[in-house]
This record gives sequence, structure tokens and C-alpha cells, in this order.
Amino acid sequence: MADKESVGNTIKVALILCIVCSIFVSAAAVLLRPAQQANKDLDRKTNILAAAGLLKPDLSIDEQFASVTARAVDLDKGKFTEAVDATAYDQRKAQKDSALSDELDDDVDIARISRRVKYATVYLIEGEQGVEKVILPIKGSGLWSTLYGFLALDADLNTVVGIGFYEHAETPGLGGEVDNPLWKTRWVGKQVYGDDSGVALGVIKGQVDTTRAAAIHQIDGLSGATLTSNGVHNLIQFWLGENGFEPFLVNLKNGEA
Amino acid sequence: MTEKTKDILFKPVIENNPIALQILGICSALAVTSQMSVAFVMCVALTVVTAFSNFFVSLVRNQIPSSIRIIVQMTIIASLVIVVDQILKAVAYDISKQLSVFVGLIITNCIVMGRAEAYAMKNPPVASFLDGVGNGLGYSAILMSVAVVRELFGSGKLFGFEILPVASTGGWYVPNGLLLLPPSAFFLIGGFIWVLRVFKKDQVEEEEFKMAPNTQAAEAV
Repeated sequence: MADKESVGNTIKVALILCIVCSIFVSAAAVLLRPAQQANKDLDRKTNILAAAGLLKPDLSIDEQFASVTARAVDLDKGKFTEAVDATAYDQRKAQKDSALSDELDDDVDIARISRRVKYATVYLIEGEQGVEKVILPIKGSGLWSTLYGFLALDADLNTVVGIGFYEHAETPGLGGEVDNPLWKTRWVGKQVYGDDSGVALGVIKGQVDTTRAAAIHQIDGLSGATLTSNGVHNLIQFWLGENGFEPFLVNLKNGEA
Repeated sequence: MTEKTKDILFKPVIENNPIALQILGICSALAVTSQMSVAFVMCVALTVVTAFSNFFVSLVRNQIPSSIRIIVQMTIIASLVIVVDQILKAVAYDISKQLSVFVGLIITNCIVMGRAEAYAMKNPPVASFLDGVGNGLGYSAILMSVAVVRELFGSGKLFGFEILPVASTGGWYVPNGLLLLPPSAFFLIGGFIWVLRVFKKDQVEEEEFKMAPNTQAAEAV
């Protein structure tokens, strides 16, 4: 065998090692993808149910999810659409597809998502009196990452039922506190729209002064995580605003969706 | 089991513990020990990675040119860690979400790298594998003891089962919030090292310098 320390041998060993390792790693990734995908779906469904405050630990997720209907919404028109199949439609993929999403101007793009999908999947929980709860997908940039989550509104389409983020990579312990159950309960019962036009709901810096009338629209900021809090504030403002779900919510309220 | 394999396997648990004596792998020991189930998965993941990286590094140790040996070790370790991470995402999604970056950070865990460089490069595959398992056990022993204290007194539970009924849900125990924060693991690990060195005097390091006596004249003040 040639000298172990020679340049030729060094390159040979490096090459062989890289090929063997990459085959090993990609095989594992490909073989395990279906199981991972199933876990992700389950997690997404769990989060939809949790945002709507319907999650019961003793029932299977799929069983509970049966009461939820997924519908596609045309965001520009603010109406339900059959243009895409809501259950098969992948909003994350559509975001990158120029046929299914539009570029946003900088002054509009407060959530810093750069492109907005034309169609969004919303989840409805329908009862005897029509729609009981609406669960809207929300996303936007925090400090390090894009936060993906759901916001659930009550039948009046103005009261928050719950919020939850199912994917983000904010600093654990600081921005990561968006997952804190105590903080999430602060959202419950808040009002999205006030007397003035525009979205009143938002995250403020510091603690909410409950004696003031505006408190019904305000959420405590996360201490030590100003940029994440601002990110959450902006994504709420965007997705519930005129470029987000506001036209749809107005139509739905008037029974024209 | 021969005397030698016993030595390789169990010496790192008490006598030559990677955390308590070599002070390696402290970072993850602080981060993942607030719950026992999470700490347990982390221990298993690290033990598997250390054992197999030692095994594979030892298998090719005679082919590795010394100029790229660290990179070769890193590549093997990184591949194993990615595979472990993928498996966790497929079978234990919730726990992998809680461990988040820390599984990936096994790559930089000094124990794995240290054992590959110090042991696997000089010893045959089977002995190296056992050394990896042994060091993984040593790491696990400390991690699990820290996790027992932190979870029991921090949230009144063990492995998620309630042991001490917590005051906020109507029980009598007021949990110690400090124990849920990473710094508490520092105190606990420091405590373990202290206790260990009371019994194993040979682990006590020699003082690097002597304190000079305080010579300030009392009258001058």
C-alpha cells in the first residue's frame, strides 16, 4: 500500500469517507421521511385543535380532528374558493410558487414574509348555528426564524379563542417563550378589531395596564424578547389586516363568503 | 466478562467520569436535565453516538492520514448524529422537539470527540466500542442524577409522574423555580464533584499556586 501520509492517499481516504457517510445519512433521511411527515401532520393537527381550545388528551387526534373542516380561501377576494383542494393544498409550497403567490411591497410586508400566498387554508368548526370557530394560519419573522402558527377566533369573528405556534427557532427561554402556556392564555378573550378601522390587537412592550380601555386589545410583551414580540405583533397586524384575512372575515360575518 | 472489559466499561462511571473528572460535556448537562424523560433520551443518544463513533473511528484508524484525522473523526461523528436526530424525529417527535438543537450539538460534545481522539485512535474496535459505552454511561449517571433532583424539586415529578403534589394545582409542595433554570445544574454538578472527591482523594488536583499570607501591618490602617 502507498504511504499513508501521502497527498494522494489523504485525498483518497477523504473521498471514500465522504461518499460512505453521505450514502449512510441520505439513506436514513429517505427511509425515515414518511414517519417524520406523519409526526409533523399530527403535530399540526394537534396545534390547530390546541389553538381552538378543543384538545382533549384522552382522545386520538385524528378522531378529534374529524369535527374540523379545512376550506381554501382566496385572500384577495376574501371568499371561499374551490380553485385548490383544501386538504391537499400545501401553503408552505405555494409560498415559493410564483403562480400561487404574490410578491409583497416593502411598506405592506410588515410581517417580513416577502411573498404572500393567493390561497390560504382556514379551518372551520361548524355547529348548529353555523360557524362556531375559525382557525387562521399565521406566519411571520421573529428574531431568528419564521414563526408558523394558528390563531383561533370565536363565532363573532372578533374574539380570540387561542393562539399557538407550531414551528419556530427563537431563543429558548426568551423568544421561545411564545410557547409558554401562561402567555398563550393572555390572548384568550382579547378583541381583534376596535372602533377605529384597522387591527387593534397587538403585543405591547411591558405589561398591559388592565385599567385602561385599550387593554382588551393588548397582550404583554415577552421580557427579554423584544424582537420576537415585535415579530408576533407584526404578523398579527398583517394577517388580520386588509392584506390578510380581514376581507374574508368581513364577508364571512355578512354571510357572503 | 473479563477484568479488562469490566474496567473499560465501568471505570468511566465513577473513577474516571467524563463530566466529574474531565469536566467535559457540561453544556448539554445544564440544558437538558430539567426533565428526566428528556435527559434519558439525550443520554441514550449520546451513548449510541460515542460508542459507534469510537467503533468506526477505530475500524479505520490505520488508514487515517494524521493530517486530516480530526476532520475524519468529525465527519463520522456528524453523520452518526444526523442519523440519530432523524430517528428521533421519526419515533419520538415530542422529545426531539424539546431537545431541539441539543441533539445536533452532540457533534460538538467534547466527550465524543475526546474519546475518539484519545482512545479509539489507539485501540481495537471492540475495546473502543466498550469505551464509548462506558463513557456514555458515565455521562448518563451524572445527567440522570442531576435530572432526578431538578425534576423532583423543580416540578414535583419524576419521569412526568407527580410525586410531590404542587401548590399551584392544589397540593402542598411549592416548587423551587431555580431548579428549572440551567444554572441550578451548575450547583448540582459542583456538589457531585465535591462529594466524589471527598471519597476519591486522588481526583483532587494539586493547587496551582499558594496563597501568600496577608502581611498588611495592622498599625498602618
